[in-house]
Amino acid sequence: MNNRLTELFKHKQNNLLSIYFTAGYPELTDTLKIAKALENAGADFLEIGFPYSDPVADGPTIQQSSEVALKNGMSLKVLFEQLKDLRKEINLPIILMGYVNPVLQYGVEKFCTDVAAAGVDGVIVPDLPMYEYEEMYQYYFMRNNLCNIFLITPQSSDERIRKIDALSEGFIYALSSSATTGKNLAVSSDQTNIYFNRLKNLQLKNPLMIGFGISDRESFTKACGTANGAIIGSAFVKSLNEGFDEIRVQEFVKAIL
Amino acid sequence: MNETTINYYVNEKGYFGDFGGAYIPEMLYPNVEELRQNYLDIIYDPSFQEEFRQLLKDYVGRETPLFYAKRLSERYGTNIYLKREDLNHTGAHKVNNTIGQILLAERLGKTRIIAETGAGQHGVATATVCALRGLECVVYMGEVDIKRQAPNVARMKMLGATVRAATCGSKTLKDATNEAMRDWINNPVDTHYIIGSVVGPHPYPDMVARFQSVISAEIREQLKEKIGRELPDYVLACVGGGSNAMGAFYHFLNDESVKLIAVEAGGHGVNSGMSAATTTLGNEGVLHGSRSILMQTEDGQVIEPHSISAGLDYPGIGPQHAHLFKSGRGEYVNITDDEAMQAGMLLSKLEGIIPAIESAHALAYLEKMKFKGSEQVVVCLSGRGDKDLQTYMDYFKL
Repeated sequence: MNNRLTELFKHKQNNLLSIYFTAGYPELTDTLKIAKALENAGADFLEIGFPYSDPVADGPTIQQSSEVALKNGMSLKVLFEQLKDLRKEINLPIILMGYVNPVLQYGVEKFCTDVAAAGVDGVIVPDLPMYEYEEMYQYYFMRNNLCNIFLITPQSSDERIRKIDALSEGFIYALSSSATTGKNLAVSSDQTNIYFNRLKNLQLKNPLMIGFGISDRESFTKACGTANGAIIGSAFVKSLNEGFDEIRVQEFVKAIL
Repeated sequence: MNETTINYYVNEKGYFGDFGGAYIPEMLYPNVEELRQNYLDIIYDPSFQEEFRQLLKDYVGRETPLFYAKRLSERYGTNIYLKREDLNHTGAHKVNNTIGQILLAERLGKTRIIAETGAGQHGVATATVCALRGLECVVYMGEVDIKRQAPNVARMKMLGATVRAATCGSKTLKDATNEAMRDWINNPVDTHYIIGSVVGPHPYPDMVARFQSVISAEIREQLKEKIGRELPDYVLACVGGGSNAMGAFYHFLNDESVKLIAVEAGGHGVNSGMSAATTTLGNEGVLHGSRSILMQTEDGQVIEPHSISAGLDYPGIGPQHAHLFKSGRGEYVNITDDEAMQAGMLLSKLEGIIPAIESAHALAYLEKMKFKGSEQVVVCLSGRGDKDLQTYMDYFKL
């Protein structure tokens, strides 16, 4: 079967909107409801975070949503149970995003098998380094036709970005700045412009999605001027703080697109 | 004999056997890579070595004595030597590492230093060297620890450091470490992160071990002078993350006749749910950027440890320790809060030395060992007990 994510990028190259949210937040059983609402609202693909107790790359919003999700009882096991009926309801490409330790405990091979069986198209594990991925885990990802998405930052050298490009499937997740999640993008800063231009000039084989600091239409549009689209995380998670509500999700996405 | 030689030191990929590596998000890659590419060249540059040694001598007060503890030896019926890291400036072995790292940070052109701290010992040791060299210093400390370690917070402030509270999770050491890592992600260019133990992504575990290895280098020389041979029969040290233990073991790793005993914090007992006995309770995984052994749930969430000593209250151990444990080179044991407190009192009464409760864990294990009488036993007395006075007072109703 074709990978939904790679198919998506074949048909749509501009203004792609991806939304991140934490599985099991605000309520344990909200995961699929939120996914469905985002599909209805017009998002292009989704990133579902599986929570971890020590999320070092995340700012306060996603830390807090992870803490609540864990308290609610979310785990990889529970998440896969919830995703059993995913493809009966939702057609959008889906990526799981989380830290490496829960994946190691679950077992990388079993994780990849179960991710694929659930109909998930890709995985982002920000603290899984390239070397370890290539040496030990790439085989399982490829066998299950999963995209493994790597991150790059303004501090990543051209050489390293090219290496990541060679190893990537799906797209490359370009951080707008070197920061934890939830900081606002300085849309007009020179540094951002220089970085965005550098990315354009690299002529990478993979599509680029810009994330971190994208929170509204202005930052989304700015990011889409450089990349194929952008990813919104903290701003959306924050909008769920008072509980999941289908209409609020609609309004959130409408305000971006 | 069919013997395979095990490499107990770091390999070129940053691993100790199955453990180590650099499991870090891309945002940290440039910082860690800069360090990895430069740390050995900088550390072994003669000018660095000269400055490092000079500061250890004139500022820290090294070498620290290797003290023959006569009354303690009589009690256990063997020969016990205490490596007096408690006599270092700032009261523990921690400063060996912060001196090394601040000199390294200067040579990397860094102008801002961050650190994590649990009990405050590493925070104080970092704030101290920042004052010494005139660098900006921010120390992350769990909100809970800030409350229970007020004197060390005050010391850091006197030394000019900013103390920032980690308010997430359990609000203790592991959360302070997370916050320091986040700070480093957000300040990738001008900042050096001084990690306080042999934990974190490569090259930290190896780098910190090298700075702390001065402990075992001195032990060898001092033993040779005292008993005519460099090798003791046992070296004992407590292990939280494990920096004093790694320093005390370092130059003995390839001398298999030297038995290395690492003492973890058993807390209320390993089956109590209130423990920090990582090798007993933990299994393999990734914590704070390296593959090691850590206490975690079936789902891979990190478990909150417990120990009466804040310095051992950590859910993991350094990757080199995990390797020594798995390979059998080191013996990893644990001591309860109560046993450690009694050992602290015993050393105070027998030798006139009030140990840090961390170090008291190592001393407490002497009680469980069987001696013939002729052994040479070295215990790393990693810190002094001044910081623990309140805990001793509460425990013994002093």
